[in-house]
Amino acid sequence: MTTDQRHMSEPPLLSVRNLSIRLPEGFDREYAIEDITYDLDPGEILCVVGESGSGKSMTANAIMGLLPELLKPVRGSIEYRGRDLLTLPEEEKRELRGRDIAMVFQEPLSALNPLMTVGEQIDEVLLVHGETDSGVRLKRVLELLDFVGLPEPATIRNSYPFRLSGGQRQRVVIAMALALEPSILIADEPTTALDVTTQAQILDLIKRIQRIKGMGVIFVTHDFGVVADIADRVIVMEKGLVVEQGTAEQVLNQPRHPYTQRLIAAVPHGAAAGGSGAAVHEQAPLLELRDLNKTYRTGGGLFSKPRVVPAVQHVSLTLHRGQTLGVVGESGSGKSTLGRIIIKLLQSDSGQILYHGQDIAPLSQAAFRPMRKRIQMIFQDPFASLNPRHTVGRILTDGPVANGVARPEARQRAEELLALVGLDASAYGRYPHEFSGGQRQRIGIARALMLDPDLLIADESVSALDVSVQEQVLRLLKEIQERLQLGMIFITHDLRVAAQICDDIIVMRRGEVVESGPAARIFDAPQHEYTQRLIAAIPGKDWNPRQVIESLQEEPSDVAHASPASRTLRWGTADPAA
Amino acid sequence: MMSFTLQRVMKAFVVILGVVILNFFLIKMAPGDPAVILAGEAGSGDPQFVERLRAEFGLDQPVLVQLWNYVSGVLRGDLGFSYRNQVPVLDLILDRLPATLLLTGAAFVFSLVTGILFGVLAARNRGNVLDSIITTLALIFYATPLFWIALMAVLLFSLNLGWVPPFDMETIGAGYTGWRRALDIAHHMILPVVTLGLFYTAIYTRLTRASMLEVMGLDFVKTARAKGVPKRRIIRRHVLRNAILPVFTFASMQAGQLVGGAILTETVFAWPGIGRLMFDALMQRDYPVLLGVFLVTAIVVVAINFIADLLYRFVDPRIAIA
Repeated sequence: MTTDQRHMSEPPLLSVRNLSIRLPEGFDREYAIEDITYDLDPGEILCVVGESGSGKSMTANAIMGLLPELLKPVRGSIEYRGRDLLTLPEEEKRELRGRDIAMVFQEPLSALNPLMTVGEQIDEVLLVHGETDSGVRLKRVLELLDFVGLPEPATIRNSYPFRLSGGQRQRVVIAMALALEPSILIADEPTTALDVTTQAQILDLIKRIQRIKGMGVIFVTHDFGVVADIADRVIVMEKGLVVEQGTAEQVLNQPRHPYTQRLIAAVPHGAAAGGSGAAVHEQAPLLELRDLNKTYRTGGGLFSKPRVVPAVQHVSLTLHRGQTLGVVGESGSGKSTLGRIIIKLLQSDSGQILYHGQDIAPLSQAAFRPMRKRIQMIFQDPFASLNPRHTVGRILTDGPVANGVARPEARQRAEELLALVGLDASAYGRYPHEFSGGQRQRIGIARALMLDPDLLIADESVSALDVSVQEQVLRLLKEIQERLQLGMIFITHDLRVAAQICDDIIVMRRGEVVESGPAARIFDAPQHEYTQRLIAAIPGKDWNPRQVIESLQEEPSDVAHASPASRTLRWGTADPAA
Repeated sequence: MMSFTLQRVMKAFVVILGVVILNFFLIKMAPGDPAVILAGEAGSGDPQFVERLRAEFGLDQPVLVQLWNYVSGVLRGDLGFSYRNQVPVLDLILDRLPATLLLTGAAFVFSLVTGILFGVLAARNRGNVLDSIITTLALIFYATPLFWIALMAVLLFSLNLGWVPPFDMETIGAGYTGWRRALDIAHHMILPVVTLGLFYTAIYTRLTRASMLEVMGLDFVKTARAKGVPKRRIIRRHVLRNAILPVFTFASMQAGQLVGGAILTETVFAWPGIGRLMFDALMQRDYPVLLGVFLVTAIVVVAINFIADLLYRFVDPRIAIA
């Protein structure tokens, strides 16, 4: 069915026309979103894809009337059943919210009021939209909890959010959104904060209810894998503009706009980077863990018992120079604890950490200190891991200076490394807030390299980055690793990323290693049931971004080199055969 | 729950015993011999008379024996005997306690109610004139010393305007009873309560305002808006309930001062409470009374903390019983 036929038969459920939202002064661009036009039909899933700052959530918020006060739509309309949502009085908009248009948010951990039971929170939707009979409301709450697949609705109704896991909370949020059977569901990155297996379940749930209820769904995401799994139609946004829209089939397999092509090329594909060289393994290992254990004890005092959580159990591994070892697991698997133990930010309970053959586990902090500079860490959050009050130069040189290197020498080294990680030498005198997330992560990498480490621990170092930036940082890490022949432990929740950069992988669950081996083997022929489940849960399995890119490279289309002027493609002008 | 309560009671007991012992030694270290002062006031410097006073109060015994006598007395409920007033300390304290609790309790309620009210008003009208007025006043009362406010209030409202009585707890010699008396006390309470409460009102206002503004920016408030919850209900059910938690923490600190925190106010307004009892005892080296007041204060602090911890579990369900 093409657009024109559809327009003749029935009007779209929601139609956004030339919507522009102006940014306050002092931003890098004038409009948050500019000239956005799209339709949503009943019973379709429309994915809005883009990187951070692309304005992809902005239309969603505008539809809900939830824009921050500083942001005002200056042009255009959002028409829903003949009414323009932008000009509707607040009280009428409130009446629509929750009843006709509902929303699911990104962070299930913070999207629920911590002081109300989940039952009360679902109940509230019904109450504020005029259902006064508490018996009817209770029945509906139980129905909804059951419908979104939560166990024992009668019990879980009285639970507070903190008792539930992230996935369960997201189910509660979805139940809340479904309470009054809205005709439009807006989901703003609803699975981004979840583990991959939970993500797969939530995506299934959204697809299922969308089919049963025939709702129109606007699904905002940055993940092309998710798009491949659920989208009927796709809108790609860049810097506030729609650069491409079309059916999922078109956009995913014949991307026309260079930006879309770049994004798709950057999607981690999980194709292994090639096994580890056998020659490397013949050397003495750089790091060897033997039967490492760590148990967390919290609480407990004079008169009370502590809470015990085994975080790392009987973990053994070997790492050689020039090898990258991936540690993969979901949240709570103990993978970060492992990293912290190796760098001795945490003390292990038992087991050996052999670094160059010497057991560093029993060393005191003072005795370990001379070795500390040889083992460095790259952290997850590029925003929180750099001191905002220090210049980049100070951040980089602090370590060497503390280790007795003269300042001019340290400075010279810092400038070399800034060049190595692809930053300008002028970065030296600037502050972290002047850099983007990707650039900050480069600074973080340079900082780790300042002390000439031979062991790098990268803890979720690319998780907070957009795919295109993530791809660049991964490439940088690989390059550095090859050039400097370091040993690297790469901790991640994303098997695709791990497979791409690591030689070998260990998979952890609840503190234990369930499977280990060469990356390609783990990814293509997982042995353990848990690994298989992890891999099966990766979104977009049936879609191969590499193939798409390869086929594009074979037959370069003229659109791929489109001039900036033709960037705003309109829905309807796209010809599937292009 | 039971084992938690039991644990806490045991801990509280240990803490209070520690306080008793510590206080005892503190007092022993203070310069000045009560017997000498008493004898001096009686107009006699006769060493024999002083010795007799010492023996009478047990001050001639070794310190550890005195400690044992005191602690075992406390455990039996005997807080000792006032040197000066010649009555049991416990009677003195029980006599004064209601007046203090009435004053501090009323001030507590006053500052909580007004503080939260102003805080909510300021937060809801953020950036408006009302917000500016409230935050400015809060800053002024937060920064101004209590006794100065007390004196100025007496000057203005009692002496110049004559609206409220300047001191005492009730009209002396009027012999009111029943409701008439309650009204008379209430009238006398206005100035001291407001004076004592204003500082905390200012703190609660600022705390509530800041905390409300913070909570308003949280995700679940957006969820509530997306659900179509009306604004008033969002403020009440979602924002205020969460914003009240830090206020609650601070309120439990104020509640801990229910007995010991009104010395200044009681002195300025001639309020016949514990604060003044303590002040007088200090001036007169009436150490058993002083120790008694310390003990009661400590007990109240520990008890309030205990109650606050219990209440926390109701206010915030995330705090589970360990």
